[in-house]
Amino acid sequence: MASNIEATISIEQQAHRDDVGARMGMWLFLFTEILLFGGMFLIYAVYRYQYPDQFHLAGMELNTGIGTLNTIILLTSSLTMALSIAAIQKKNKALSIIMLSSTLLFALLFMVNKFFEWSAKISHGIFPGSKELLEKQNGEILFFGLYYVMTGLHAFHIIIGIVILTFMLVFLIRNKITSDNYVKLENSGLYWHLVDLIWIFLFPLFYLIQ
Amino acid sequence: MINEAANPGEKSFYQVSTNKHTGILSWLLTVDHKRIGIMYLIAILSFFLVGVVIGLFMRWELMFPGKTIMEAQTYNTLFTLHGVIMIFLFIIPGLPAIFGNFFLPIQLGAKDVAFPRLNLLSFYIYVIGAILVLVSLFLPGGPIDTGWTFYIPYSIRTSTNVSMAIFAAFILGFSSILTGINFVTTVHRLRAPGMTWFRMPLFVWSTYATAWIQIIATPVIGITILLVIIERAFGVGIFDPALGGDPILFQHLFWIYSHPAVYIMILPAMGVVSEIIPTFSRRTIFGYKQIAYSSLAIAFVGYLVWAHHMFTSGMSDTSRWIFSLLTFIVALPSGVKIFNWVATMYKGSIDPQVPFLWVMSFIFLFSIGGLTGLVVGALATDVHLHDTYFVVAHFHYVMFGGTGTIFFAALHYWFPKMFGKMYNKRFAVISVVLFFIGFNMLYFPKFILGYMGMPRRYYDYLPEFASLQLVSTIGSWILAGAIFFVVGYLIHALYKGKKATANPWGGVTLEWHIASPPPMENFHEIPTITHEPYDFSQLKEMKYGE
Ligand code: HEM
Repeated sequence: MASNIEATISIEQQAHRDDVGARMGMWLFLFTEILLFGGMFLIYAVYRYQYPDQFHLAGMELNTGIGTLNTIILLTSSLTMALSIAAIQKKNKALSIIMLSSTLLFALLFMVNKFFEWSAKISHGIFPGSKELLEKQNGEILFFGLYYVMTGLHAFHIIIGIVILTFMLVFLIRNKITSDNYVKLENSGLYWHLVDLIWIFLFPLFYLIQ
Repeated sequence: MINEAANPGEKSFYQVSTNKHTGILSWLLTVDHKRIGIMYLIAILSFFLVGVVIGLFMRWELMFPGKTIMEAQTYNTLFTLHGVIMIFLFIIPGLPAIFGNFFLPIQLGAKDVAFPRLNLLSFYIYVIGAILVLVSLFLPGGPIDTGWTFYIPYSIRTSTNVSMAIFAAFILGFSSILTGINFVTTVHRLRAPGMTWFRMPLFVWSTYATAWIQIIATPVIGITILLVIIERAFGVGIFDPALGGDPILFQHLFWIYSHPAVYIMILPAMGVVSEIIPTFSRRTIFGYKQIAYSSLAIAFVGYLVWAHHMFTSGMSDTSRWIFSLLTFIVALPSGVKIFNWVATMYKGSIDPQVPFLWVMSFIFLFSIGGLTGLVVGALATDVHLHDTYFVVAHFHYVMFGGTGTIFFAALHYWFPKMFGKMYNKRFAVISVVLFFIGFNMLYFPKFILGYMGMPRRYYDYLPEFASLQLVSTIGSWILAGAIFFVVGYLIHALYKGKKATANPWGGVTLEWHIASPPPMENFHEIPTITHEPYDFSQLKEMKYGE
């Protein structure tokens, strides 16, 4: 068979660009992300219903200050993300780079905050399997279990976002993303907004309703 | 083996690489949907055969009462592996990944799927998942023994390699999601001019509905599996009752995916049936729109029936009867399809070629599977039959008799198109007959055994079950013999088979308008569609018509 190969066609070279299709694929993917977190929100709802008092008690132990700060940080990063796309649409590459870099900066800030928040909890002996935690009531154990898993998975998405946005920054600098070909940046933006959106739900569920 | 397309002077996709490599790399790095489909075929068929061999060993153990060839624990790991391999590695990806990949773009009149590179990525994710399953067998702790349902709390307590094996299922889910996204986008974006929604072949419709379930349902099992892994690794309290968790919640989440998953398995098969029956009846499909809509109805209602797996696990009476009712409702669209197929054959000029025979055997087996599904879908009878061999027989009839049979039907229908070779039809007829006999010998006794009270997942049984168990084991040999026979003569046909013509069955959907095997780009120019999908009057004007 192999010896017969003469013509070599690169589909990639020939493929027509389909921005609408690319965006559609991204939306479908985001949909699966929502369902992924949806499973956990479901579990949260069930257990909150089962142990309302103990969830209340456990929720008081979280630091609302850090949570609020992180909410502000993420919302701002969403804004800069949107501005970065708007800038490249308007052919302003420099501004787009600045905005994207600030998004990255905010993302890192979020992670730093998260780090301090988690280490404070852990130093108080509240982490999965710890003696302190196991002495608490079942509802509180579940609350902290969900707290670590849900915010952890969210933080994991932030980290992935940081990697993706870094790539986008490189693409932007190298003119792989331009004012007439920016669907990659747009799709990364969509992802980033989703991660932000999930936080908007996590924040009240863990830090505010008590 | 395969050298030329049927059209002289035209190069088939086997001869044209999509990248700068030749030989094996031109396959491993290809972005061509046809080559990816064939790689899936090789991988999935191999795992299927492994699953069959494991099944044979289980049946061997069950041949006589008492210990025959293995310990109880070995049996536990074998049925788990058999289940995991058959479900996650064979039947869920089976039809969409192989035939969907190969024929979906062609039937739409497109040159490839919407995201060719993503397509290759899904293939590798599948391979990684499969490798993880294999690795989990050899790590200390021993192979997983929870059954393919991974129920809590046992899956948290057992010391076997649960985490690795279910992580593999998570990875495989990822592959499934990406394929789903790819197919939905392809159907929306890449239909040829004139290919309106209601001119799409029904295989496309059902693959489209399947792709939606893949997207909607798979993430739920993804998160559930992740949570079990996290729970095992870090002792986080989520499902473990010792920490206040709720094991029933796990069952809900598990079946929220795994029940729609059975529709991931069966819908593409129904699509294949809707292709084969018109072709061999020379008659347009009866009730095209009903079949198309019933696929969507199955996809939708199928999402709402999961808790019928849990009638005996502890649920309120209200939810039990609601889920039972919904279960009966989901049988309706399947019934619609069966009647439409039969009505299509009515007054057609039937040409009972090999693929058609497989479809006949499908209709018989699947109907038994579907009707016994109603027996376990009804509350009172399910309490008696839950977790018995009756259930084992039921799901083998639907999954294996349904989708498995259609896997072979599709293979025989499209083999000449995919490989440009024709197999020995006499062997093929013998194998269908053997398959059918072996299948019923293997699984029908299980209905009776289950009714008499034989529980599933046991390596031993009471003496009164011995004769039916023996019949079942003998059936497994006939069935496996038929399967290996099929694989044998198909491989033989690849090398020695007669060259297939471009349209050996007289089909009219787009894949029969092009050469066998298809050229690299499928169509030299994108066709304009002017006919209904099963309009046999076009045969005369077709390039490769009669
Ligand atoms: C020659 C082919 C096959 C044979 C001999 C076979 C035999 C068996 C046997 C003996 C069991 C265990 C019953 C028990 O003790 O509970 C079993 C379970 C099962 N089989 Fe098969 N089977 C075959 C093909 C298939 C196929 C094609 C599928 C899927 C499409 C499948 C899916 C399953 C599943 C999901 C289970 C349940 C595993 C569990 O309990 O966790 N089998 N099979």
